Amino acid sequence: MALVQLTISALPAHVRTARLMATAVARRAGIAETALDEIRLAVGEACSRAVEAHRAHCPDQPIRLELIDSAVPRPEGPQGGAPAAIPHNGNGRSAQRFEVVVADRAPVSDPGSTVNHHAAGGTGIFLGEQQTPAGGVSGLSPDVGLAVIVGLADEVSIEPNDDGTVVRMSWPLGQSEPENTELVD
Amino acid sequence: MDLKLDHYTKDDTEVVVVEGEIDVYTAPRLRELLIDLVNKGNFHLVVNMEKVEFLDSTGLGVLVGGLKRVRAHDGTLDLVCTQERILKIFRITGLTKVFGIYESVQEAIDKRKTN
Repeated sequence: MALVQLTISALPAHVRTARLMATAVARRAGIAETALDEIRLAVGEACSRAVEAHRAHCPDQPIRLELIDSAVPRPEGPQGGAPAAIPHNGNGRSAQRFEVVVADRAPVSDPGSTVNHHAAGGTGIFLGEQQTPAGGVSGLSPDVGLAVIVGLADEVSIEPNDDGTVVRMSWPLGQSEPENTELVD
Repeated sequence: MDLKLDHYTKDDTEVVVVEGEIDVYTAPRLRELLIDLVNKGNFHLVVNMEKVEFLDSTGLGVLVGGLKRVRAHDGTLDLVCTQERILKIFRITGLTKVFGIYESVQEAIDKRKTN
């Protein structure tokens, strides 16, 4: 397993840095060119969400990213023991994958709750007299970014807990054409 | 690359030309421009995204916000975009049903006038 760790301050300018880093590591890991745009967008969404949450609750705390290439032979564990654990992914498969973990430390309103990927009205779009929910960009639910991640990543888990939220996204290595997932009929 | 914004008048439409990356860092500039144009009485907007290299949900939010503003004045906000990498996020979020998305500025203007 090859690992790249990145810690960024909760500043919008650094989201691009994270996107560029993730894309570069994914390309090096052998991700199909067609999936690189998806990774770039999904990582950007996850980091944007984390940055906004930190700016609202804990601007001095950094956001942590891990870029994991599971295709590289994993090093032996401490004292030559068992290898490090295979990173978790959505359905528990341990195939060769490229995984991105974005961990924030912003408080979660309801730890353990499942994130609503399908915001009100099916699209999370608030036009006319509807007011955008708190935390949303003008006219869009704050859940739209997470919905985009779900639509782009091959596997995804979003884990709110007492320490913040961990977003795990992964894509198979050496894949052919990624599926184009529609969230809305 | 950073975000470049320009705009010009064509017929009764204000065309906004966007180049570069629209994300959480740059989207506020686009939001300010759209608000400024609407405040100056431009209620029919076309956003030309042919040179946009990256668009995330923050950028989508700005476009939806702009749409809300012009609709409050019975106006329109249409998009010009043919890049699959950009269109994908509109499809994923269902926003293809909300925006008119056209292949050229002229097509966007002509469609609005015939509707």
